[in-house]
Amino acid sequence: MSIGIKEIEEKVKETIIDQLNITEEEYSLEAAFIDDLGADSLDIVEMVMAMEDIFDIEISDEDLEQIQLVKDVVDYLKQRLS
Amino acid sequence: MNPSRKRVVVTGLGTVNPLGNCLADTWAAICAGKSGIASISKFDTTHFTTKIAGEVKDFDPLLFVSPKEYRRLDNFIVYALASAEMAAHDANLEITEQNAERTGVIIGSAIGGLTTMEREKETILNSGPRRMSPFTIPAALANLAPGNVAIRLGAKGPISCVVTACAAGNNAIADAARLIADGYADVMIAGGTDAAVSPLAVAGFNAMRAISTRNEEPEKASRPFDAERDGFIISEGSAIVILEELSRAQDRGAKIYAEIAGSGSTSDAHHIAAPPPGHPGAARCMALALQDAGLEVSDVDYINAHGTSTPLNDLYETEAIKALFKEQVPLPAVSSTKSMTGHMLGAAGGIEAIISVKAITEGVIPPTINLDHPDPQCDLNYTPHKPVKRDINVVMSNSFGFGGVNSVLVFKKFTE
Repeated sequence: MSIGIKEIEEKVKETIIDQLNITEEEYSLEAAFIDDLGADSLDIVEMVMAMEDIFDIEISDEDLEQIQLVKDVVDYLKQRLS
Repeated sequence: MNPSRKRVVVTGLGTVNPLGNCLADTWAAICAGKSGIASISKFDTTHFTTKIAGEVKDFDPLLFVSPKEYRRLDNFIVYALASAEMAAHDANLEITEQNAERTGVIIGSAIGGLTTMEREKETILNSGPRRMSPFTIPAALANLAPGNVAIRLGAKGPISCVVTACAAGNNAIADAARLIADGYADVMIAGGTDAAVSPLAVAGFNAMRAISTRNEEPEKASRPFDAERDGFIISEGSAIVILEELSRAQDRGAKIYAEIAGSGSTSDAHHIAAPPPGHPGAARCMALALQDAGLEVSDVDYINAHGTSTPLNDLYETEAIKALFKEQVPLPAVSSTKSMTGHMLGAAGGIEAIISVKAITEGVIPPTINLDHPDPQCDLNYTPHKPVKRDINVVMSNSFGFGGVNSVLVFKKFTE
């Protein structure tokens, strides 16, 4: 699967805004899911499942545990999909 | 009756049900003798024997929950949140840091998040267990209705969920009133909720031959005490009351709808689903409730019957009422408002509590609609077709459930 970095960033942004019901202004790559975006651990599981669907990959629980900031997701996907 | 126990009054009412999405619309529909039953819209009923139900209509969940919350809640929780919020608003209830620990929640449900369980089972079959939503379990557990209501309103007192099938709402209100009467809480948010218009529930009740198959005439399908009744109608919704210790309600100048005078609880110890002939457990339960309330059979003006429209319930409930009231003249008026709401399962006791309270405050005995051909064996005054204006002081509300559960509440006009 070949996907551009820009496209990854856009899809991640769109998904996070939708899943966490946040505004575009609240979204930033530096935002922490729990402290800044009001998510809990179940929200993160649900969001990661959405990413798995969108990018057609499987994300292990070990990898899931490393995710704290929005940019962790973007970086992870860039690495997995490049 | 324990003489030192505190008096408990009803100060707020809220509901979402097949007749309306607020108290005013619901009561107007009851007084107009409307049916809330229609063809099922929630799923394809092609291969189902029963194709009708009492669905909640034109309800906007986003008035009560965010889109994010809505995705992860089963409707039985959403209906409870909406009803609890409306009831708290109606009561002008302010839950603060000072009173939160004396404010509790007991909401009953017959089958909780059945719809969520069905959907997520399909997820496993179609996409595998790894695709299961992490919100499946918290959306499905029955006690997540009171759990979410407590979170939303900030109630930190006693919390529980009664799961006694079709008596759950009544049991919840009875238990909540006792907690206040015995001094364990000052305010209780109590009632019932269910959202089981789902393939599994409809097919399951069909398999028991428990629900009506009058698919061509949905509005006439719920016909308690009528000779042509052929089963109950599954309905969904929630109904919540705010119960309050009397002096607290008076101190804050709350509007008082009525007093909960007492309750009774008995078991048939007979059969998983059917009541025994004559339903002696129901008669005993009504007698205990009156005794608990310190009242006599002659004090009862109106009985809001369980009246499910099943052949057995309506006959045996009639026999139980007659056994208790014997030669009492005049016999109290009876009606089954399930003729209009359908059977809201765990929420039935909640909506019938609200209707009982409104009957007292409005001086109106709600009707039993569709009683076109009275069953000769059901020979009480069921208030057919139209409501009757009358001064009402004492109302008894019956709920019976699978598993042989009987629960009776007694409401009384409030006087100092």
